[in-house]
Amino acid sequence: MPDDLNWAIGGEAGDGIDSTGKIFAQALSRAGRHVYTSKDFASRIRGGYTAYKIRTSVDRVESVVDRLDVLIALTERTIEENMDELHEGSVIIYDGERTSMKDVEIPEGMIGLDVPLKTLAEEAGGGIMRNVVALGAACEVSNFPIENLDASLEKRFSDKGTAIVKNNKESARLGQEYVQENFDHEFDYDLDTTDQDLVLLNGDEAIGMGALAAGCKFYAGYPITPATDVMEYLTGRIDQFGGKVVQAEDELAAINMALGAARAGARSMTATSGPGIDLMTETFGLVATSETPLVICDVMRAGPSTGMPTKQEQGDLDMLLYGGHGEIDRFVVGPTTVAECFWKTVEAFNLAEKYQIPVFLVSDLSLAVTEQTFSPETFDMDEVENDRGKVVDESEIDSWLDEQGRFQAHFSTADGVSPRALPGTTDGAHMTTGLEHDELGRRTEETEVRVEQVDKRERKVQTAREEEDWEPREFGNPDADTLVLSWGSNEGPLREALDYLDDEDIDVRFISVPYLFPRPDLSDAIEAAETTVVVECNSTGQFADLIEHDVLERVERINKYNGVRFKADELAADIKNVIEPQTAEVEQ
Amino acid sequence: MSSEVRFVDFKSDKQPTWCPGCGDFGTMNGMMKALAETGNDPDNTFIVAGIGCSGKIGTYMHSYALHGVHGRALPVGIGVKMANPELEVMVAGGDGDGYSIGAGHFVHAVRRNVDMSYVVMDNRIYGLTKGQASPTSREDFETSTSPDGTNMPPVNPLALALAAGATFIAQSFSSDSKRHAEIVQEAVEHDGFGFVNVYSPCVTFNDVDTYDYFRDTLVDLKEDGHDRTDREAAKAAILSDEKEYQGVIYQNEDSVPFEEQEGIEAPMTDVPEGAPEGAMDLVREFY
Repeated sequence: MPDDLNWAIGGEAGDGIDSTGKIFAQALSRAGRHVYTSKDFASRIRGGYTAYKIRTSVDRVESVVDRLDVLIALTERTIEENMDELHEGSVIIYDGERTSMKDVEIPEGMIGLDVPLKTLAEEAGGGIMRNVVALGAACEVSNFPIENLDASLEKRFSDKGTAIVKNNKESARLGQEYVQENFDHEFDYDLDTTDQDLVLLNGDEAIGMGALAAGCKFYAGYPITPATDVMEYLTGRIDQFGGKVVQAEDELAAINMALGAARAGARSMTATSGPGIDLMTETFGLVATSETPLVICDVMRAGPSTGMPTKQEQGDLDMLLYGGHGEIDRFVVGPTTVAECFWKTVEAFNLAEKYQIPVFLVSDLSLAVTEQTFSPETFDMDEVENDRGKVVDESEIDSWLDEQGRFQAHFSTADGVSPRALPGTTDGAHMTTGLEHDELGRRTEETEVRVEQVDKRERKVQTAREEEDWEPREFGNPDADTLVLSWGSNEGPLREALDYLDDEDIDVRFISVPYLFPRPDLSDAIEAAETTVVVECNSTGQFADLIEHDVLERVERINKYNGVRFKADELAADIKNVIEPQTAEVEQ
Repeated sequence: MSSEVRFVDFKSDKQPTWCPGCGDFGTMNGMMKALAETGNDPDNTFIVAGIGCSGKIGTYMHSYALHGVHGRALPVGIGVKMANPELEVMVAGGDGDGYSIGAGHFVHAVRRNVDMSYVVMDNRIYGLTKGQASPTSREDFETSTSPDGTNMPPVNPLALALAAGATFIAQSFSSDSKRHAEIVQEAVEHDGFGFVNVYSPCVTFNDVDTYDYFRDTLVDLKEDGHDRTDREAAKAAILSDEKEYQGVIYQNEDSVPFEEQEGIEAPMTDVPEGAPEGAMDLVREFY
């Protein structure tokens, strides 16, 4: 387990919580400290509460834990909301001059630092900088050199002029000095800086960056939490590479625009969340039967219906695997970390074009909003390879014309993949349709042709199964009796849970599965294990069902569906409880 | 190739299955003529068709084409054109496809003003499903699903377009083949979204909005001294209870297509073998 500090700032929506948290996270990252962030958006009691949480260590951090060491509380409620994570010795920074904080009671055993945030900010030039005063105070508490804040403040406020930047730096120092002068207390924390070279980004940004690396030039989407960051990241940036983001009137239009661009020959994608997938499902079959390469990203949130839009859930797996009437060929790929959001996006574009098929890239809220540190080499652009598959140009097209000189866009090849002529290619003119069609792409209901085309599309999937790498990611002890399986963002907390279990001499083999369809054959691993536990953020165990179906064997399940992501310490206890139900202490 | 392209080059060898006498034959011929007359050829043309009798048009024409999902032809066309502005994009649909299930897209496609043409075969009936009311059916039109009439006023697609800020609004009649082809050609030539509502009679299921009805009713704006650049005059023609018109009703001659406004200069079809140049700068942004 990393030697870590768990830090948070919380208040009302509109208090500037996010941007303040981000400034601190960036300062830590630039100081060579690893960071893993999470956000509390909405309510366990009533609306309005929001918090930005940071876990930081010199070593990599992959999860949140149930512990909060330093809390900047702009409201009394922030303390109430976090009571189960605060502990003896936790430091709470607050402004006792704020009317709503006047009668705040600091829970016994905790250290309350009453800092006149607003007054000090006004001294530095404006009350609006009170959060930055708090950051300065937090630097003092956690023994973090305040100079590290400066570059972050410059990045955040440089477009507002040098005076604003200067005032903010001054605010931070006033906060620091106030703590030095007014509190005679030794704080335990020591945020060392290192010379590690780190970048800080979230999963949505990683998906957007992956799309750009893959040469994606067209994105159509409709804003929806928590996928909007993909769209906002690409807007403007994609233009630098000759591309464009279009905000469509709805998700029906978004997927059809993306489909049109893909047929025109652009690498094209759309991203949405569950409610948007509902609408887009209408077009899945068309993408598949027209054999159009398209990347469709679902950043899952808690459903059903409007559900809990700002909460974590992995509830869309069945929909992505089976959604749409009829039988629809597709691939489903699910990155398991923020960094993998980048690489799996690159891969999704290659799979889509090589096999002329819809590829679902399934991420989740936890990956989307987590800002995590990585060495820049994690995203080594020299490693990116783009493969367009069987695009034919004018010199090759003759061999794909029928005896009447017509291009056969759905030619039934041995591997199932047909030639692809981009519009504008001489002699390549052809139609395609969502109706069953012949090799020319024209409607047919002839039984032999129907069977031939269905088989041809299936053959592509078979080819991909054989040609592509569908290997899962493996951690822990390969010989352990206990096998843990999961998908999506649970990989991080599970990896850390393994460390907790290791401390108790509990051996676990952990396989994290980024390919949902096609997916790796796990039957040997499951057979070798005494106990198999499938971990996922949903109530019914959609991934566990798949595994049981694949191996015809029952598995144990750990499901969480209260809207909050798994935490490493919680998972360690859960797994222990599955293995040793009689003896384990249940922490939750 | 383009200099010697004739309209029959846009015709496929598939025989239409439309009912004998269907207006869609004439509508399609005019589309092919307009494409040939404007110097296009099948290899640089992309036709998008929706669902319904009109949707079959991609099969009977020869070009790059997609026959898509019901009501979503316009978004597909927008995607095609933005990804490759060098293509000639024509979207075809019917009154059900465009004004009922696709009505939302119609309004927004008009607003977006991408340089493409949209030809709607309006027969005021659902033909392919054998005769139910369409959004342009008359209020008292009795069908299998509206035995007492629709009891709703018909959609006025031209008014919808005008209200949404259309830069080109026209109406034609499939049977007046010369004028129809001329009008569609003007829509193709227009710099922006060229919208043509084509009266394309259904001889099987609509015995009210017949060839004779349109022949007797339609007034050609060309012979009416109409100023197509005058939005108020267009409004009067479109909202008239007395008359129905054919011709170009409104054109904004200063129209700049959306893709041009967005600064799209070249096709988006190139994909580098590795990450594009400068991609590592994207990573450094996250310091």
